[in-house]
Amino acid sequence: MIDETHRATEAVWRIEAPKLIAALVRLVGDVGLAEELAQDALVAALEQWPREGVPNKPAAWLMATAKHRAIDAIRRQRRLQEKHEVLGRELEVQPLGVPELEAVLEDTPISDDLLRLVFIACHPVLSMDARVALTLRLLGGLTTDEIAHAFLVPEPTIAQRIVRAKRTLAEAHVPFEVPSTDELSERLSAVLEVIYLVFNEGYSASAGDYWTRPALCEDALRLGRVLAELMPNEPEVHGLVALMEIQASRLRARLSPSGEPILLLDQNRALWDQLLIRRGLAALRRAERLGLALGPYALQAAIAACHARARTAEETDWVRIAALYDALSEVTPSPVVELNRAMAVAMAYGPATGLEVADALASEPSLKTYYVLPNVRGDLLFRLGRFAEAAAEFERAATLTRNARQREVLRGRAAQARNAAEDA
Amino acid sequence: MRFMVMVKASAESEAGVMPSEELITEMTRFNEELVKAGVMLAGDGLHPSSRGARIKFSGDKRTVVDGPFAETKELIAGYWILQCKSLDEVKEWMRRCPNPTGAEGEVEIRQIFDQDDFGEALTPELREREQRMAEQIGQNRGG
Repeated sequence: MIDETHRATEAVWRIEAPKLIAALVRLVGDVGLAEELAQDALVAALEQWPREGVPNKPAAWLMATAKHRAIDAIRRQRRLQEKHEVLGRELEVQPLGVPELEAVLEDTPISDDLLRLVFIACHPVLSMDARVALTLRLLGGLTTDEIAHAFLVPEPTIAQRIVRAKRTLAEAHVPFEVPSTDELSERLSAVLEVIYLVFNEGYSASAGDYWTRPALCEDALRLGRVLAELMPNEPEVHGLVALMEIQASRLRARLSPSGEPILLLDQNRALWDQLLIRRGLAALRRAERLGLALGPYALQAAIAACHARARTAEETDWVRIAALYDALSEVTPSPVVELNRAMAVAMAYGPATGLEVADALASEPSLKTYYVLPNVRGDLLFRLGRFAEAAAEFERAATLTRNARQREVLRGRAAQARNAAEDA
Repeated sequence: MRFMVMVKASAESEAGVMPSEELITEMTRFNEELVKAGVMLAGDGLHPSSRGARIKFSGDKRTVVDGPFAETKELIAGYWILQCKSLDEVKEWMRRCPNPTGAEGEVEIRQIFDQDDFGEALTPELREREQRMAEQIGQNRGG
C-alpha cells in the first residue's frame, strides 16, 4: 500500500513538476530555488500521503504546499534585505508584498509560466548540453538518472551540468519572460533545436540501445506537443511536431532485424505507424492553415508527408518533393539540402536534370570529403548510361566512407558499373 | 509507452442517450488537459452495441451475431489512446476524469504491445520472422 502510494505520488510529480516549478520561478525568480521548493513539496507529499492517502486534488495540494514554502522563503529573504536596508543599502526593485504575490499567482494562467520556463531552459546563455539536460529535467519531468541513462553518460555528469546551468542562469540574471517580438523567432528556433536534438538522439540510436533511446523520441514528441498548445500560432512549432510525428511513425521500419538502417524508399510501409502519420499530417495542416510562409521544420515535414502519403515508393509525388526542396534551399541554403534536392529533381524530372543540380556542388568545400556527393553522381551517371564515369564516382565514394559495410556496397556498385561499361 | 483506456458502457450509453451538455463540457476540458500535457494521441466514443456485431469463431465455422449485447458492464463505450511514462501516470490522469453526474462508472487501462516489450526474449531471428510476417500482412493488405 505504501509502495502503491509512493508510485502514485511520483506519477503526480511527473505530471505536475513542470507547472509547479514554472509557477515557483515566477514567485521566487530563481530556477534553482524554485526546483528546490518544488522538491520540498514532493518530499512533504511522500511523507504525508502514505499516512493520509493521496488527496483528491493532488495537483492543488502540491501547489499550495510549494507556495507556502516559497512565501516562507521570500519572507526570510525580505527580513535579510530589511537588515541590509537598515545598514543603508538600497533595494533595486520594490518587492511585492505576500498578498500581492498571491494575487499575481492567481491571475496568471499557468500556461504563461510554463512557456517562460521553456524559454529560460533553452536560453542561449547556456551550452547546448545544458539546455538539453535542463529542458528534460524541468519540462520533461525526467530524473537526472533517467537523463544520464538516455544519453549514456554517468549520472553525476548530468547532475553537475544541471547545477551549473542553474547557476549560470542566476549569475546572468536571465529574466523569466517570453522573449519580445523582435527576438522571438530566434529564441523560438533555439527551443525547437533543443527538442529536435532530443528527438534525433533517440531516433539515430543504434539497435544495441534498443531499450532506452526510443523513450527520448517520446519525450521530445511530448515536449513538442506541449509547446504546440502553448504557442498555437507559431507555424514552425507545428512544423516540428509534424516532422517528429511522421519520422517517429517509421521507427519500426527503419532498421533491419540485424540492426542495419533501411533506406526510406526500401522500408516496408506496412510497418509505418498510421496513427502517428495521421497526427503528423494534422499538425502540418495546422502549420499551413496559419497562412504564413513555411519555415525549415514545416518544409521538412511537408517532404516527410509526401512520403507518408504514398502507399508505395512508386507512388511518391517527386514533383512536389522537388518543389519543397527548392523552397527549403531558399530558407536554409546548405550543400546537404542541395544534394537532397538533386536526388528529388532526378526522381521528378530525370537523371540529367538531377545531375545538373549535383554538378553545381562539385566545388563545394564542405562536401569534398563527403562520400554522398560522388555516390549521388555515380547513381545519376549510371542511370544515364555513362557507366565508366559512374564507376569512377562509386570508387571515389568508396575511398571517402569510413563505414566498412558501406565501402563494400560502393565497391560492388563500381564493379557493376564497370561490367556495364564493358558490355556497352 | 502507449495505453488504451476503455470507457465501460452504461445503461444510458447502451440506450443511445447522448451525454448532457455538462458532461460534454467537462469531458472537453479534461481532453484539453490531456492534449496540453502532450499525452493524448487519440480518442473516440462508440455507438451503442445495438449498432454493432460480433463474429464468433469455432474451428472453420464463423457465426455472425448482431447487437445489442446483454452484458452492459463488459461493453466498451469509448476509448483514449495515451502516451505516458508509466501505468502509474495513466492511473493518475484517469483519477482526474470527470464524472459530473455522479453515476457509477469504470474505465479500464491496458498497455498496448510494442516490439520493445518482448525485450531480449525477442531474438534477432524471432524479430526477423515477426518482420517477415508483417511484410506479408502488408502485401496482402496492399492487394
